[in-house]
Amino acid sequence: MNRLSKLIVSAAIAGLMSSAALAADTIKIAFVDPLSGPFAATGAQGLAQYKFAADELVNKQGGVLDGQMFEIVPFDNKISAKESLIQLQVAIDQGIRFIVQGNSSGVANAITDAVKKHNKRNPDKQVLFLNYSAVDPALTNEKCNFWHFRFDANADIKMDALTDIMAQDPDIKKVYLIGQDYSFGKAVASAAVKMLGEKRPDIEIVGNELHPIGKVKDFTPYARKIVASDADAMITGNWGSDMVGLGKAVIEAGYKNPIYTYYAATDGITKTFGEDGKGSLRLVGEGQLNPPVSDRAIAYTKAYKEKNPDLDIGQPRIANVMEMLARAINDAGSATDMVAVANALEGMEHDSIWGTKVKMRAEDHQAIQDVHILAHTDDGVTFDFDNSGYGLVAENTVKMASADIPTTCKMDRP
Amino acid sequence: MSLIIVNLLDGLVTGLLLFMLCSGLTLIFSMMGVLNFAHASFYMLGAYFAYQISTYLGFWVGLLVAPFVVGLAGALVERYGLRRVHKYGHVPELIFTFGLALLIEELVQFIWGKSQMAYEQPPALDFTAFAIAGNAFPAYKMFMIFIAMGIFLLLLYILTRTRIGMIIQAALSYPHTVQNLGHNVPLIFMGVFGVGTALAGLAGVIAGPALGTFPGMAFQLGSIVFVTIVIGGLGSLWGALFASLLIGWLQTFAASYNIRFADIFEFFGFTPPVDMANSALRDLWTLTVPQIGPILPYLLMVAVLVIRPQGLFGRRET
Repeated sequence: MNRLSKLIVSAAIAGLMSSAALAADTIKIAFVDPLSGPFAATGAQGLAQYKFAADELVNKQGGVLDGQMFEIVPFDNKISAKESLIQLQVAIDQGIRFIVQGNSSGVANAITDAVKKHNKRNPDKQVLFLNYSAVDPALTNEKCNFWHFRFDANADIKMDALTDIMAQDPDIKKVYLIGQDYSFGKAVASAAVKMLGEKRPDIEIVGNELHPIGKVKDFTPYARKIVASDADAMITGNWGSDMVGLGKAVIEAGYKNPIYTYYAATDGITKTFGEDGKGSLRLVGEGQLNPPVSDRAIAYTKAYKEKNPDLDIGQPRIANVMEMLARAINDAGSATDMVAVANALEGMEHDSIWGTKVKMRAEDHQAIQDVHILAHTDDGVTFDFDNSGYGLVAENTVKMASADIPTTCKMDRP
Repeated sequence: MSLIIVNLLDGLVTGLLLFMLCSGLTLIFSMMGVLNFAHASFYMLGAYFAYQISTYLGFWVGLLVAPFVVGLAGALVERYGLRRVHKYGHVPELIFTFGLALLIEELVQFIWGKSQMAYEQPPALDFTAFAIAGNAFPAYKMFMIFIAMGIFLLLLYILTRTRIGMIIQAALSYPHTVQNLGHNVPLIFMGVFGVGTALAGLAGVIAGPALGTFPGMAFQLGSIVFVTIVIGGLGSLWGALFASLLIGWLQTFAASYNIRFADIFEFFGFTPPVDMANSALRDLWTLTVPQIGPILPYLLMVAVLVIRPQGLFGRRET
């Protein structure tokens, strides 16, 4: 062995030892989401926001308990449920006790089942599942369990807030529903039909259709139908290229009324719509970036953009996840007793950096918070998306949306 | 009635766009016997190159330069890739183009990322040309129609009225004889491959702003292009045009009218099952025409292959 390789080996050993020493002082959080494949862009955005939130909101404030730091450890699940379970096991084997995941409700369903089973079998090594984006209502209803917490508003809450706002607008008399032909698209459509029917029985659903997901090359024929139907508003749960294709075709065909969406922002979508989307494109969601709610929010967003100039805060709730977890650990006085941490998180009321209160409802572990109707525009945009000058500005707010929405959750508590 | 005219125009745009892809592919296929799986990838490259150029020099420069660059890339692929694989037979050629398609898709994601690109139509064409009963018809779509028509007429002229065209046509059917007459057939192959991919690139340049510029755009069009040339008949320019327009209109009209299968069945005197929720035929009864729109071209292809295997305008057995 020559000198150089000796040096490298000893450096490597030293590195290993120091990281082991560091590990003793950090609380690891496993980030299980796609970091390769077609949804890698979304996963990478989430990871950057977690790393920043952990540093800025927890570590720089002195960490939790007696100075322990948060560390985000990424695991690539390739957005497959099967791969997620493997990665979950790897994370647990590394001694990680907190799991965050958000992209795809299918994955979230698999993880919540696996976590429940694991915690039953390993009461000394229990883990918590913090779901920050998967919006399938089932996760906090029939499939709910004590170890799962959802920080995003679920699909029903978003639709509830959206239909509340739409019901106040007397000009809306005809609504067109269109979505991708799979479980989420169908869930959005059926929730819209049900809630509009309850709140404004006079509104006519002039179209309710599903198109093949990811297969439509040109949305123009669909756009013609929407224009011909004289709809005053349309609602779609489309995402990705289906969202861009549909939105652009409808606007080009001469449609001028609101397009209510769930996912028409960031990842290039805001930039692609640009001027065309102004005036019609709306998004229902939590987290208000514009107008900024406080100096603290401004400082946080600015610092994030400085560190990640090409990325956006597309999921503001991630800041809530980090802050609320830190508080729960401090309240519980332990980062290893998951029952205590979960009990501390249950029912917690938190003042979010984004100006809303977030209440983690105890009976189903669903976060209740302000839900906004955000308009795609370049007027009054302090923080844009895709560096395009365009961003989302809060137009309407439903305070603590669906705080009384019923749940079918019957939780088994340890 | 007015909606039918609008749909006819929309279908024309879709069909002509398809034609620009198919015209190159059908020539390449009939000349070299190679199914170029990477053809739609060159279409995607056209859109991305044009987007990149347009960020510096504007749309019009991109329109002129990008197809040329794509054609050059295509010619190089033929000269240094396909030609070397050619001597091992058709299967290796097929695998080569398939690998190339995957490679181009990964390369595009590596360079430009996985997000949508903000590739916009030029401001000069960003207005409504006319409107029929509230349905706006964008000027950009008129522009697409004119470009595609121009390409068709130009190709038709070159192939049927010029000396180069005659040599190409001869090389399509009798490559050895043409070679024996002293023509450089490999050069013709390279030229046709280059022009074919350039046409695909041009289609990408003008389709990018209308249909979106993203890494999945090649995959989305890939299979339908093959269906079109099989229906039209291999090597036939008229066939490619006819089949493209047919598929364009078929897809547009299928997506435009929410005709329910239940209505069609009832028209023919069938009665719906009483207990729909538990009926084995529930899926069939609840279908609508827009839902089956995407498979109609494939059904048409099967029908054409059964009735007329050489395609609608094809002249030889395949």
